[in-house]
Amino acid sequence: MQDILMIEDEVNIAEAVRFILSREGWQVALHADGAGALEAIRHHRPRLLILDLMLPNRSGTEVLADLRADPDAELAATPVLMLTARGQVDDAAAQADHVLSKPFDNADLRAIVRGMLG
Amino acid sequence: MPFETLVLACLAYVALMFAVAYAADRAAARGRVRCLDHPLVYTLSLSVYCSAWTFYGAVGYASRSGLEFLTIYLGPTIVFCGAWWGLRRLVRVARMHHVTSVADLVSARFGKSNRLAALVTLIAVIAATPYVALQLQSVRLSFEVFATDPRGMGGSDALGGTALWVAAGLAVFTILFGTRNLAADERHHGVVTAIALEAVVKLAAFIALGVFVIWGLADGPSDMLDRISRASLDPRVAEGWLLRPDRWTALIVISGAAILTLPRMFQVLVVEAADEERLHVAGWAFPAYLFAMSLFVLPIAVMGRELMPADANPDLYVLTLPAAAGQDMLALLVFLGGFSAATSMVVVCAIAVATMVSNHWLVPAWLALRRIPASEEMDDLRGFVLNARRLAILAVVAAGWVYHQASGGAAALAAMGLVAFSGMAQVLPAMVGGLLWRGANRKGAYAGIGAGFVLWMGLVFLPSVGVGGDMTVLPGMDPWTAAVALSLSVNTLAFVGVSIFGFPDPVERFQGLSFVSAIEPLRHSRARSADDRAEPLLAMARRIWGPDAALRFFQAEARAQGKSGYLPDLTPDFLTGLERRLAGSIGAATAHAMIDRVAGGVALTVSDLLQVADEAQRAKEETQRLEAARAELARTARQLHQANDKLTALSVQKDAFLGQISHELRTPMTSVRAFSEILMDADLQDADRQRFAGIIHQEAGRLTRLLDDLLDLSVLESGRAQLTISVVNLHDVITRAVTAASATRPERGFLIDRDLPSEHLGLITDADRLLQVLINVISNARKYCDADHPVMTIRVKRPQGGGAVIDVIDNGSGIDSGRQSLIFEKFARLNDPARAGGAGLGLAICREIMLNLGGDIAYLPGQGGAAFRIVLPQRPPVGSGSD
Repeated sequence: MQDILMIEDEVNIAEAVRFILSREGWQVALHADGAGALEAIRHHRPRLLILDLMLPNRSGTEVLADLRADPDAELAATPVLMLTARGQVDDAAAQADHVLSKPFDNADLRAIVRGMLG
Repeated sequence: MPFETLVLACLAYVALMFAVAYAADRAAARGRVRCLDHPLVYTLSLSVYCSAWTFYGAVGYASRSGLEFLTIYLGPTIVFCGAWWGLRRLVRVARMHHVTSVADLVSARFGKSNRLAALVTLIAVIAATPYVALQLQSVRLSFEVFATDPRGMGGSDALGGTALWVAAGLAVFTILFGTRNLAADERHHGVVTAIALEAVVKLAAFIALGVFVIWGLADGPSDMLDRISRASLDPRVAEGWLLRPDRWTALIVISGAAILTLPRMFQVLVVEAADEERLHVAGWAFPAYLFAMSLFVLPIAVMGRELMPADANPDLYVLTLPAAAGQDMLALLVFLGGFSAATSMVVVCAIAVATMVSNHWLVPAWLALRRIPASEEMDDLRGFVLNARRLAILAVVAAGWVYHQASGGAAALAAMGLVAFSGMAQVLPAMVGGLLWRGANRKGAYAGIGAGFVLWMGLVFLPSVGVGGDMTVLPGMDPWTAAVALSLSVNTLAFVGVSIFGFPDPVERFQGLSFVSAIEPLRHSRARSADDRAEPLLAMARRIWGPDAALRFFQAEARAQGKSGYLPDLTPDFLTGLERRLAGSIGAATAHAMIDRVAGGVALTVSDLLQVADEAQRAKEETQRLEAARAELARTARQLHQANDKLTALSVQKDAFLGQISHELRTPMTSVRAFSEILMDADLQDADRQRFAGIIHQEAGRLTRLLDDLLDLSVLESGRAQLTISVVNLHDVITRAVTAASATRPERGFLIDRDLPSEHLGLITDADRLLQVLINVISNARKYCDADHPVMTIRVKRPQGGGAVIDVIDNGSGIDSGRQSLIFEKFARLNDPARAGGAGLGLAICREIMLNLGGDIAYLPGQGGAAFRIVLPQRPPVGSGSD
């Protein structure tokens, strides 16, 4: 079981987030595509999912909906932090536990993740 | 005189008549009727009375029966001099009731009975046919006089053809100028003016001949009088020259009646009269005209008897005298005078009879077949009436021609004229009685006209066509006089007797009052006794005014009559008031027609129907105008709606665009910000520090490119892009593009397939911009082509009109059809953005560049891989931003 799974297509952002969070001691796995995202989640069974809103092939919103609808109740209840480069957060993202706008403060990211992982 | 000259003269004369009639109609249409309406024109048009019978036949008549010919002038003269006040009343009443013919007058007087009108029409048709035949015969006879040597004209066959051609020409003239419009007053300015001109020709010809006869053939007036005295003693004619009071009386009465009842006379005298005032002039001028026409009849007749061979036709003395004396021009003038007399009679007679036939036979029959004259059918009615009239004109003239052919033209001219006169005279008692006597009623009119008609048929008409033979009607009288006396007496007695014993219905009573008093008629003269008819009238009024207003009006009227409740008696006052108020809403004729129909009364006259048709037409036009205005409004509303939709769509597009820009800016910014924060931490390995700085630099470059692209796109879209136009070799541009694009994913070994010779094309364009497009397209191929062994094919073609078509095709899987239309949109990056490296504005910029260059770029489907076609013109369009 991984601590954190991040689904993000922008490699540089993924790299930054992984670097920031790994320095806090968490293990971060990466997946770069909306397609196969659910399989990656099922494979990694993360304690926290960081999900980008704008993904190729399948948007973050759709991935989140799939996840919440998953028959595996434990998996479906995975806490989700949604990242978005859109100015405002749309309703679909409200299913996430937290939403963080890009660009973000590294300290904010750390604080949120710490709070979510307990 | 050669036959051809004669025909030419006739044709020229007819052409003149057409021109005059046409010009007069045009002038009337432009409203310049003042000179056309001159009383003298009116008076001259009355001379249509002097038909060919008078022109030729009077001389023949005189040579056979001496002064008796004068009676046919005396009758009208007496009517005009002695009874001009009566004529005024006739004209006033007729105009007041929009009467269109003698049949219409009689029917209007007697309760608008169309059956009565149909009966009068029947008499008119029967009487007119031989009369028209007579005119055709006179033309034919006059031709014969000149065509003694037909010279290849085919003899009498050609002359028989003359009658046909004349008939055909007259029918055409009459249809052209007699049915141009359907005004309610039925006036024909063109025809009347042409007839007036013909009257002058007639008179001039006759007087010229008279002068020639008295001073050319005889030795002046005194010599002429001597010759007349001698002739009256000639034993051959002594019998005929006796003055027989009974016959003279009959002839004067009949010809006096004819001036009123002959269809053509009624037409010019009453229908074509603008008002009764012109009778002031006509009252003396027309008798003067008749006097001038009759003055030389006897001298010509006497000289004819003296100078012409015994077997010469006296009816043709007017022609043979000048011809025998070698006076060809005079003979020609006389010939044209006779031609005028014949043609004018046929034209006016055809118009008048055709009006009757169409109004009283054809239209009622048509209406009966169509049941109700609903307003939608009024258009039909107009057309139908016009066509019916044309058909009737054709039929009248054709009947005359057939009669002429069948009779062989044997009868003396005067005899045929008298048949017609005495036939139409049968209408006189009802007509005069209707004008003078309130007690006259429809049954009486039926009885009188019917009896007179039967007697005339049996005693005058049928014998004249060789059926039955002469009968001795009254001892001591000649058959014709006796027949006229008998038929008119029985007619009058029946009319008066039945009128006295029969009781007129209320409608008739009011029409009768209106005619006899000749005051403003109780035009809507319906006195209906049945009270229960008020109910449907109220129902109709409610539909037009709304329930409350209608009920108020009816209640007020009932109270005014001293009745309780809301249904007044249908008194003339009430009906007239109702009609006036309805007229304000729906038009006078419609109101008249509706009240008539609802109140269940009188049959409508054709002129009523025409007025309804006019109003229906106006209403229809008004509706169409409103409809057009409404459609215009709807169109404007639709356009506004579309504009609004467009603006909304633009606004949505703008929001989406801003959202996309925000995303495209925030994404690199996120990396820059995150890594710069990381870099600010002290404890980083050098390798990481280096790598992160590289990422920041890379993302900053991405931001710069995005801003450059946005700026470029905005300039291109606004049309303010500066183009640097020069002569370009396409081969060079493609080579540079391929080289530059090879920097994209240089690790992929791309096979580039070019056809170099075809690339050497000279174009006038902006080389840098074209290069930008080509690099973009080729780079895209390098980025996205997913084939294992990628191949790019570049082909250049030169279309017929110049310019170039460049196809860039790779062997990858291409773009699926659903997204092909999206790729030129802004931020339309289809696949992994990491691989694209751009913001998704490349193809949008390419398209804008190509549009700026006057060309286009499009996705080319069905080429296996991704394929783009770039189309370039030979030179960019003027005003495309070049400097």
